[in-house]
Amino acid sequence: MRPREESERIVITGLGLAAPNGSNLAEFRRALLAGVSGVVPYEIRYFGKTFAGVCNCDVLKYQSRRELRRGTRAGSLSIYCVGEALADCGVDWERVPKDRVGVYIGVTEHGNVETENEIYEIKQYDYDCSYWSHHHNPRTVANSPAGEVTLRYGITGPHYCVGAACAAGNAALVQGVQQLRLGEVDFVFAGGVSESIHTFGIFAAFNAQNALARNDDATKASRPFDKDRNGIVVAEGGCVYVLERLSDAKKRGAKIYGEIVGYGMNSDASDFVLPNAERQAQCVRKALDNAGLAPEEIDIVNAHATATVAGDSLEIQALRDVFADSKKTYINNTKSFIGHAMGAAGALELAGNLPAFDDGVVHPTINVDSLDPDCEIENLVLNEPKQIGRVRTILNNSFGMLGINAVVIVSKYES
Amino acid sequence: MTADELRASIIDILSEIAPDEDYDALKDDVTFREQLSMDSMDMLDVVLGLRRRYKLPIPEADYPKLASMNSTIEYLLPLLNEKEA
Repeated sequence: MRPREESERIVITGLGLAAPNGSNLAEFRRALLAGVSGVVPYEIRYFGKTFAGVCNCDVLKYQSRRELRRGTRAGSLSIYCVGEALADCGVDWERVPKDRVGVYIGVTEHGNVETENEIYEIKQYDYDCSYWSHHHNPRTVANSPAGEVTLRYGITGPHYCVGAACAAGNAALVQGVQQLRLGEVDFVFAGGVSESIHTFGIFAAFNAQNALARNDDATKASRPFDKDRNGIVVAEGGCVYVLERLSDAKKRGAKIYGEIVGYGMNSDASDFVLPNAERQAQCVRKALDNAGLAPEEIDIVNAHATATVAGDSLEIQALRDVFADSKKTYINNTKSFIGHAMGAAGALELAGNLPAFDDGVVHPTINVDSLDPDCEIENLVLNEPKQIGRVRTILNNSFGMLGINAVVIVSKYES
Repeated sequence: MTADELRASIIDILSEIAPDEDYDALKDDVTFREQLSMDSMDMLDVVLGLRRRYKLPIPEADYPKLASMNSTIEYLLPLLNEKEA
């Protein structure tokens, strides 16, 4: 592992999450170990019936109904996750200098939901723009979900959203790590959020691309690596981490979930939508190099696989390349349980694996009735959890459209 | 339209903007801003709510007339009845 000063070592000291199958880490982990899907039948205007990962967290825990109406679903999920992370991290919030707090929220897209809603509204007035809402701009600016967090919690440090398609959750974590190392902020909320199930456009576009899941059973629709996989289940969700320098975390006696020891980001520069296995492998190697780790030192790889025919096999190709000699590296996937939570995916999927540092169990990927030979790789954990003993490192893959790749490596913290 | 009907309709609009308020206790001669802690975006919601409900454009110069329930009814009732006629 690359040696770093304590002031350069960035640790996770709290987290809050909203997943379709759990509204906190304990519930989420329980569902992942018990094979409980969060995918349900779903209907949205114009597109009609489909499936989605829908969150049931109690957003009124941190917002009034009036505040909910003012903001966006992405903002609301962010506020929920930050509220939970804040409670979880045990910091004396009153004493935290708010101008030294940074908020970095990853989003795949933002503004589609509000724009579709407004067009739907003015359609009833023959598209007369004088009926358009004054809320449209504040709700659709690209920093909106992160900005809502600062308004709710009185944070006066920097905030913005990191737009990195479905790599955004990991990209925001990377941003948080970098800002702490640069000394720009002392306390970070970083993660990802998705409100995408509330825009019909995303379903219609995946469908047009022949990349939207179809199945008779909602809970079986998201099936990465299975021979019969046929596309993505869109999900909403959120996951936000509290990040601090190790030196600060130790000073306040914080609980430490793990240390972000490495990351890598790169671009495919090859296609708008089709992933690139070679670039993905380069990105994973970049993260390993950044961490100072060899592939065989990684215990769990959480694959990005979204259940598209091309995407899953290309990712496995990349993983075969990097982990060919890693006999003790286990591979899993979370989208089979919750669908693709877009901007939240990387952050949420990492969270679901963090408890493995304590229990040594790799949660499986479910719904693999017949493994696609193109997706075969050693130690793929299928359908049942696997106890592997000591878990010290987790590598989390996230890839997005336009060829954006982000890989994060987290290690168990041992003092 | 009667003043009571218009009042009920305005309460509907306000309840969407500020759902947790007690509208039974609303004082018709006190400003909405004061009683319901409304800001300028909320006041624009009142304007938009009226526009969408009654297809009634309200010029910016007249916004002060929407300050309280009494002033709103006094301003709107003749306009709406004239529109209906």
